[in-house]
Amino acid sequence: MKRLTPYLLVLPGGLWLLAFLVVPIIFMASVSTQEGDVVNGFVQTFNVGNYVQAIGDFHTQFLRSAGYGLAGTAIAILLAYPMAYWIAFKGGARKSTYLLLVLLPFFVSFVLRTVSWKFMLADDGILLGPLKAIGLLPEDFHVLQTTAAVIGGLVYNYLAFMVLPIYVALERVDHRLVEAARDLYASRLGTFTKVVLPLSLPGVFAGVLMTFVPMTADYVNAAVLGGPENTMIGNVIQTQYLVGNDYPVGAALSLTLMAATLIGVFAYARALGTENVLAAAAR
Amino acid sequence: MSVKSAPAPVPPAPVPAAPAPARARSGGRWADRLLRIYAVLLLAWLFAPIVVMIVFGFNDTKSKSNVTWQGFTVKWWGRLGDYPELMTAVFNSVTIALLATAITTVLGTALGLAIGRYRFRGAGATNVVIFAAIASPELALGASLLSLFVSTGVQTGYATVVIAHVLFALSFVAITVRARVLGMDPSLEEAARDLGASPWTTFRLVTLPSIAPGVVSGALLAFVLSIDDFVITQFTSGPLTTFPLWIYGAVRQGVPPQVNILGTLIFGVGVVIAITHSVLARRRVP
Repeated sequence: MKRLTPYLLVLPGGLWLLAFLVVPIIFMASVSTQEGDVVNGFVQTFNVGNYVQAIGDFHTQFLRSAGYGLAGTAIAILLAYPMAYWIAFKGGARKSTYLLLVLLPFFVSFVLRTVSWKFMLADDGILLGPLKAIGLLPEDFHVLQTTAAVIGGLVYNYLAFMVLPIYVALERVDHRLVEAARDLYASRLGTFTKVVLPLSLPGVFAGVLMTFVPMTADYVNAAVLGGPENTMIGNVIQTQYLVGNDYPVGAALSLTLMAATLIGVFAYARALGTENVLAAAAR
Repeated sequence: MSVKSAPAPVPPAPVPAAPAPARARSGGRWADRLLRIYAVLLLAWLFAPIVVMIVFGFNDTKSKSNVTWQGFTVKWWGRLGDYPELMTAVFNSVTIALLATAITTVLGTALGLAIGRYRFRGAGATNVVIFAAIASPELALGASLLSLFVSTGVQTGYATVVIAHVLFALSFVAITVRARVLGMDPSLEEAARDLGASPWTTFRLVTLPSIAPGVVSGALLAFVLSIDDFVITQFTSGPLTTFPLWIYGAVRQGVPPQVNILGTLIFGVGVVIAITHSVLARRRVP
């Protein structure tokens, strides 16, 4: 009985993951080489040409998504680090309150937050409208439908995933090390760059993992805040699946995205030490 | 992967407070002040769209698009039922979240216990699959599920959304519980067994109470992930509408103030739960 316990515990959840994660990926791989259309049905022809067509038609969107993801992740590190530092080192007794304040906005639905930004940034909305009225901005100035709006939306929506792991890493920094550095006449900057920053890097690495992937695969920000020039790979996949019903090309794109992501993530985790990344992500 | 909002984390163990450095120069104080101003500005940025959402629920808007301020009113609070499909969508969101949370909590707790406590054949593979589920883009999970449903002729709707929500919340619950299990003292269970408790009694009276905070955090996380979710829901919902799907569909014609009010109410419930959870967690820690 005792030897069976772990298997009984794993069984229900494991079967769920098998049936709805592993098996669907196999089906998606199968769909990705089929031919046909939604009216006459799809037939398996092992047509690898779907991949050639998918990459050929949409490599721009792939590259753009990676670029947006990289830019968004970099900006998120720059914005999140000082905030996490402030909470961890200057928060005093109110640390958890401040952390809760950072997380609270994320209790509003992701879509609703993005839509709210759309209203605020509208050409005649509450931010741009008054500035245009008093002549501070030209009449044709706009923020929506630009790359900046999409990347800004991505950063806004995923910032908490960067703040949290960095905060956890900073929180674990032994304050005696900081004191020791100061006692040995390190400057404030020296203490930071030689002691605090290296010790907090695992948090940054975990944050990168938790923001880069969802940012790159996002399509809501591009759809709501961006224009036709900002289409990301997520928008393409969503359209292929839900509007065009062109499942094979959608599946080929989606599988390519998933494979690239998982290979990248596992390589990244291995290079940095899986334990560090996993441990930080688990918090 | 959408931990749109991780649950309020358990406050970490208190670090011995560093004594105020006596030799802080004025440069240091200026840096602290700048950092503080920065933190306030960043919080203002984070809260700006939330404040706008709440305030515009009170906007006496005449047109369908609720974009410019046209005076204060509370009339929309009495007219929540103006859009019956919106109320159905909210009802779907809440019931799906409750159902998905219940299933996920049971399966995820068992999974977390197994990978945190036991060594068994397949443990490595289980960990890899759990990690892959978290690391995969949610979009790809949705696309693969839809591939499965289309290929097997399953009609997408309420049940498939619940399946999808359980799938992507499961791993998060499992690692939350696992973290708690790893921090637990195994000698407590041994002591219970030595004193003659049956395995079930040991589980009920020793194991479960020790991992309970992890289970509660996991359940809250599952609920928030589910009620908030858009991407995997859009792929697996078919004709079904949820609150985020309804909003997304309404963006082009203009989102009515009722959406702001419902968003405010859901936000309010979330805030109350988060604060209660963090206060309770603080009380347990000392």
